Amino acid sequence: MLPRPSAASLPDLVMFAAGLALFYGIVEIGRNWLGPYRPQVEISRSLSALPVYAGYSLLRIAFAYVLSLIFAIVYGYIAAYRPRAERLMIPLLDVLQSIPVLSFLPGVMLAMAALFPGRQLGVELGAVLLIFTGQVWNMAFSFYASLKSIPREMREAATIYRFNWWQRFLQIELPFATIGLVWNSMMSVAGAWFFLMACEQFSDFRLPGLGSYLQSAADNGDTRSILLGIATMIIVIVVMDQLLWRPVIAWAEKFKFEQVESSSAPTSWVLDFLRGSRGVAYLRKRAVRPLREQLIHFFAHQNEARVQSESESAAALWLWRVLGMAALAAIGYAVVRVVMILTGLSRSEFHEIGIGLGATFLRVNASLVLGALWTIPAGVAIGFNPRLARIAQPLAQIAASVPATALFPVVLLILIRLGGGLGLGSIVLLLLGTQWYILFNVIAGAIAIPTDLKEAASVFGLRGWERWQKLILPGIFPFLVTGLITASGGAWNASIVAEYFHFKGQTYSTTGVGALISAATDAKNFDLLLAGTIALAAVVVTTNRLLWRRLYRLAETRFKLES
Amino acid sequence: MTEPIIRAQAVEKFYLQPDGNRIEVIAPVDLDIEPGKIIALLGPSGCGKSTLLRILTGLSKPSSGEVLWHGQPITSQNAGVAIVFQSFALFPWLTVIDNVEAPLEARGVPALERHKRALRILDTVGLDGFESAYPKELSGGMKQRVGFARALVVEPEVLFMDEPFSALDVLTAENLRNELLELWHSKKMPTSAIFIVTHNIEEAILLADRVIVLGRNPARIRADFSVELPQPRDRKSPRFVELVDYVYKIMTQPDLAVPVPEAQAAAQKPARQKYQMLPHARVGGIAGLLELLQDRGGKEDLYRLAEDLIMDAEDLLPIVEASVLLGFATLKEGDVEITPDGVRFAEADILSRKTLFRQASLTHVMILQQIDSILHAKTDHSISEEFFYDILDEHFSQDEVERQFETAMNWGRYAEIFDFDRESHRLVLAEPVSEPHPPTTPVQP
Repeated sequence: MLPRPSAASLPDLVMFAAGLALFYGIVEIGRNWLGPYRPQVEISRSLSALPVYAGYSLLRIAFAYVLSLIFAIVYGYIAAYRPRAERLMIPLLDVLQSIPVLSFLPGVMLAMAALFPGRQLGVELGAVLLIFTGQVWNMAFSFYASLKSIPREMREAATIYRFNWWQRFLQIELPFATIGLVWNSMMSVAGAWFFLMACEQFSDFRLPGLGSYLQSAADNGDTRSILLGIATMIIVIVVMDQLLWRPVIAWAEKFKFEQVESSSAPTSWVLDFLRGSRGVAYLRKRAVRPLREQLIHFFAHQNEARVQSESESAAALWLWRVLGMAALAAIGYAVVRVVMILTGLSRSEFHEIGIGLGATFLRVNASLVLGALWTIPAGVAIGFNPRLARIAQPLAQIAASVPATALFPVVLLILIRLGGGLGLGSIVLLLLGTQWYILFNVIAGAIAIPTDLKEAASVFGLRGWERWQKLILPGIFPFLVTGLITASGGAWNASIVAEYFHFKGQTYSTTGVGALISAATDAKNFDLLLAGTIALAAVVVTTNRLLWRRLYRLAETRFKLES
Repeated sequence: MTEPIIRAQAVEKFYLQPDGNRIEVIAPVDLDIEPGKIIALLGPSGCGKSTLLRILTGLSKPSSGEVLWHGQPITSQNAGVAIVFQSFALFPWLTVIDNVEAPLEARGVPALERHKRALRILDTVGLDGFESAYPKELSGGMKQRVGFARALVVEPEVLFMDEPFSALDVLTAENLRNELLELWHSKKMPTSAIFIVTHNIEEAILLADRVIVLGRNPARIRADFSVELPQPRDRKSPRFVELVDYVYKIMTQPDLAVPVPEAQAAAQKPARQKYQMLPHARVGGIAGLLELLQDRGGKEDLYRLAEDLIMDAEDLLPIVEASVLLGFATLKEGDVEITPDGVRFAEADILSRKTLFRQASLTHVMILQQIDSILHAKTDHSISEEFFYDILDEHFSQDEVERQFETAMNWGRYAEIFDFDRESHRLVLAEPVSEPHPPTTPVQP
């Protein structure tokens, strides 16, 4: 029974319109993607082109996100349930998470364009692949950790009540992982904007999108377009937050693993709107529930069938072995190739890489120090003052949501007008990406310092530097370390695109491994590109291990405020 | 005699160590679950009773021996069992009725019948009207009712309960116990036997037709007796008190030398000499007990002591055992008696207590003796905690190792035998500071 037309409420009409718009968008974009490859994408700066560009950018992010979600679930699942695979997969995740993804940008773009010659699809897929590698690891780890933290008694209940894998997945594993996945998805997508902007602006492989729009606007010194582009960017992010993340967070609230109800639950007007929609209710009753019922019976019978034949596990075991061997063989081959390429490099090239690494290392850490210098006092001031926090926090959040890479061309334009070189200018660019992470964490840390500690400090007359030394710095330390770790990862990533620019027909660059990698791409010197990328990844992974990991452990053990 | 529903034959659980030693968690156990009875499995915490329950339900496999379900090897798919868990183990994202329907979904029961059966069982356990509530909206007692409903909806032949009342407050637990007995005796339950695991002696004797007492390290059956008191049972009746006392006696009796089981294979290494196991009591608890004993004239019945302190045997026994181990008290026939050393300790001031405790622990506690002599022997007077983990690893299971170490740390630091540096994970010889201090003047306000 269809609801009578007169009963169709506003929510239903809006939903219907949204469905139509989505369909149109998919057709349009499909036409563009399958079109021939255009080496020089013309970026229109007209206002009417902006929504289309925003749509393209969004779609790339959405596509990469869906891929990441599926991959994360599969990866997490295997790692959580196969102890043998787990021993390899979790350390690997750790390494992959700390490699600066943007260092692969040039290589991946070249490879994908070569794989799909003559089609726009190749470059598009390259961008998607890069965003994917930028966002998938923390999601996979979150899913894995959630699976591992399912209480034993809950698993036992599932076994004793004969849950099949489908029921386990839907009623235990997925619900258990939802909250972690949602928060990590938000983080991942925020990061994805950063990578996407870089991809869209990338030298010969520009893609129509917000990133290239901003770049083109800056290239032409078109202030109006720059402002419009940034405004669009902010609108897209705010709208996504309202239409997507808030409802999802409010919905995920029911998966909170708590025994008592919390007093303040997040709410979302969109979710209330959807819950009030008759169309959604109708869909649930007519489509979702019957489908669920079908699945229940299908898997219940399959389960019975499986009890009778238990020999299939042997075949499955062999399949896993073969897959494992294939993966090992592929890795082995790659390692051999890399070693061969690296041994073919000249000494001067190694020298160049070493100098570049040193310069970038200094630049990254300079940006961290500069960022910490202003954000620590500012963050503590905001955190200690609830009234200031109410005003400053949303503002800072909006400022931070604009991906640093989107602003690069604009900042570059200003720098060049001021007459500054890229050597120092790139530190400013890095700072754009790093400071927010530190600021947010410092604010959170300052808020987390318990009032009784603050009162104790004032009772004992701690003032000035002593107060910082005894109360504030130890109090925010764990948060500060978390912020610095994230910021350092972001800065290394940004360094790839911050050290080398094509701008107004000129190339601007400074000494650094990022510039080396980009220049090697332009010169089609693949060996140098590969060596630079590997060296960069190695340095980042090593600093993570030697410095950040230790600081983090110190923060976790000694400076953790426990009740 | 009736045919048992579940029969465990020489069921045993052990962990193999890399060096070929085995840590025995459950010594070979024979156990039958017959229809028509409530059976209680009673034992101190960490003795392996939950592990045994999981073996009996087919959830986990024994290291040797086998469990039969109506004569067939048991699996989680053929056993008609259900478990009520201590932590309830409800799915917080499902409503009450969805929680109860979930096991039926797994069995492929059609939607309508599923709903009808779930409603009926919710009615039975007194939850009608709460179908669409989420577990987090319910009190602990109500949550456990959902746990019961979920278990009963699959009409299990044997209902297993793993400490079902110990997460609830005293009154709620009492109420729920009575309701369970009522359901059972009025035959409203589609269940022919109940097997309940508990550490609460009174609870076992209140509920069960048969009580099995488990000993510790490794778990083995120490007693197995019938309770033929009529229901409802009166806690004050002489027979009831007698039975509770009897169980106390079994649980506190010094372990009789249990003969080492015959070696099953020639390759198996001989069982290692038992390592001294520390009861998990804090120094403050020991001091409190000794002071109380002193006040009561030096001797007290254990059951009365537990009742007066409103403490479970679970919580009281480790404190008593620790006092005995340290030579501060003795145990005989369910009575605790303070020793002259104990009297001295109870009467001492804070600093002298430390000295007395130090002497007692260096005389009686093996691991503290070992630590002390090693720390004195080493030139830097410090050693990594790993070393002691390694020693303990050979004798105890993983969780028990953690607890043993924790307790040893607590005692040793109090006794100022050593200091423990959490950051470097090292034990360091304590500086001798427990010289008597001159009396200090009160701090000026």
